[in-house]
Amino acid sequence: MSKTFMGWPAFPRAAETAVADEQLRTNVRRATHTIRGKRAALVEERPDWQDLRDAAAALKDDVLAHLDTYLEQVEERVTAAGGTVHWAVDADEANRIVTRLVRDTGETEIVKVKSMLTEEIGLDNALEAAGISARETDLAATIVQLGDDLPSHVVVPALHRNRSEIRDIFVREMGRHGRPAPEGLTDDPGELAEAARLHMREKFLKAKVAVSGANFVVAETGTLCVVESEGNGRMCLTLADTLISVVGIEKVVPTWRDLEVYLQMLARSATGERMAPYTSTWTGTTDGDGPGTFHLVLVDNGRTRALADPVGRQALRCIRCGACMNICPVYERTGGQAYGSVYPGPIGAILNPLLKGPDDPQTASLPYASSLCGACNEVCPVRIRFTDVLLKLRSDVAEGDAKVKHRAEKAALKAVGAVMDHGPLWNAAVRAAGTVGAAVPKGMKLPGPLHGWTDSRALPDIPKESFRAWWKRTEGGAK
Amino acid sequence: MNARDTVLSRIRRATADLSGTRTTVPRSYLRHAPTVAPGDREGAVALLVERLEEYGAEVRRTDAPGLPAAVTRALEAARSAVVPDGLPEHWTAGWDGELHRDQPPLTHHQLAAVDAVVTTCAVAVAESGTLVLDGGPGQGRRAPTLLPDLHVCVVREDQVVSALPEAMPRLDPRRPLTWISGPSATADIEMIRVRGVHGPRRLAVLIAP
Repeated sequence: MSKTFMGWPAFPRAAETAVADEQLRTNVRRATHTIRGKRAALVEERPDWQDLRDAAAALKDDVLAHLDTYLEQVEERVTAAGGTVHWAVDADEANRIVTRLVRDTGETEIVKVKSMLTEEIGLDNALEAAGISARETDLAATIVQLGDDLPSHVVVPALHRNRSEIRDIFVREMGRHGRPAPEGLTDDPGELAEAARLHMREKFLKAKVAVSGANFVVAETGTLCVVESEGNGRMCLTLADTLISVVGIEKVVPTWRDLEVYLQMLARSATGERMAPYTSTWTGTTDGDGPGTFHLVLVDNGRTRALADPVGRQALRCIRCGACMNICPVYERTGGQAYGSVYPGPIGAILNPLLKGPDDPQTASLPYASSLCGACNEVCPVRIRFTDVLLKLRSDVAEGDAKVKHRAEKAALKAVGAVMDHGPLWNAAVRAAGTVGAAVPKGMKLPGPLHGWTDSRALPDIPKESFRAWWKRTEGGAK
Repeated sequence: MNARDTVLSRIRRATADLSGTRTTVPRSYLRHAPTVAPGDREGAVALLVERLEEYGAEVRRTDAPGLPAAVTRALEAARSAVVPDGLPEHWTAGWDGELHRDQPPLTHHQLAAVDAVVTTCAVAVAESGTLVLDGGPGQGRRAPTLLPDLHVCVVREDQVVSALPEAMPRLDPRRPLTWISGPSATADIEMIRVRGVHGPRRLAVLIAP
């Protein structure tokens, strides 16, 4: 059984440990700054970026408002195209369905395309318990799986590992799961990628069953879409006899044409590319091309809970690009694992409590894992207002039905304090994150003890630069 | 209640406050590439070449009579190649390597042992340097464009659009589509771009009228 986030300490404690790990901080900083820079350049070249964001947000809002109708449409179209649709209320049910489908094929080793949802529901462990070995095929996911590690980012899950750590994992573990790493493997990234190519090629050619997620599901046509870089996705989606796609119910877009919005935004936001090297779309099954059997498992697992929250439901617009974590000064200092979930960073700070309910101390600590600087609001391609949701969730923990009660302000300061106690570093991180948005949206009032807090922090306009940046530029207003 | 009914009824309860909501989707984003005027085919082709070269693809523009020679040249390093049904035979007639037709379909192991594949495409998108294959004549099923290490793709100039919104109406989502933007790549190790992981490590694009 591989590692899980089960029993993970609450954010303040996990963050303290993470911040003390200098290697980790160096790795995370290098990675987030690299992607950040590439993203900014490619967003800059689109004069219509804000228009794309408007369309992307509105399309998802439409889907969420009529999700029942859209899902029925998905079911009808996928079935008509030769697929079989299954529904799962929670993680256990989804895992049971996939386990049964794999068992029915008689296979005991399957290949997987990196999927956040299957990480969320712990599918690999559930399959392992049933005697089925599920091998991750994405390079980063392979590094995490072989290293018995936990993911720390939604796009680049092994971003906390450097090349020599990766080399050691490959040399130690590859032979135990198939073709060993080549003799004399160095830590050159090209050589490491080649080792992964050889190790995986054998598995792709053998595999009869593949499991994937999906970036998008088109209701109008029943088409699924997977975006990836390495070709491991294409291998899984094309070479297996049976394909099982496990997809969250919020992944729907209304029409085929709507993909033009998201496919122009996803790679730009996620990796700073115009498009990822490979995008695959398929509708049911096709005679003589690809898997002859296709199953779609639609999973709720808390999404309807999030949907019922009028402020929080916007988190379900998320397309898992990771831009919010790449820009986040808190994430930059703690890395992803401190959030105790496969969804770290700002999206994790809001999505986990929305999906699970803030009923345990770990989940309840997440809305406090933020300085409310608002940089995530600015980069989000689907215009999630993270700071609105964070404040709403804090008020839930302080005032609402949550089983865990925080003395709100105190807990907030403690959580952020763990990463903020080095003044100059913190200032640099916030400045690097770009302009700082309003801490609290105009007109938003929180109940009870937080009322006064919002009053004092409600800002009339979004400042174009942080106070400290302004101070430095103007020498304290003298210029 | 089965899972389907449970999920659907939870959704209806969760969105009760939104019933009757009609969301207008603003479509003010560009329908063409920012740097290419609508209808400027030559501008779109030039941008496609630029973007493909940035990805490290080998790009060559040729006239129709020069195409067979360009194919032969692209296949220079390959000893064997597979071609799908519908690829004009004279394109590969001048090449003296070992040519396989994917008819009857080759096994995955056979395909993995072949050096190269030659196909056409359905649409090419200049702004993102993307070739879209839809399984039509000259493109074939998906496995042959995936397992060989070199993909030679022939693009007709009238298949080039400047941006994605112009491509969508030309594509049939009922077909399995593969959108290729440069050769297989990863940046999973310290964000350093490494070309060539699981898909073809070399992509050669021949653009003909």
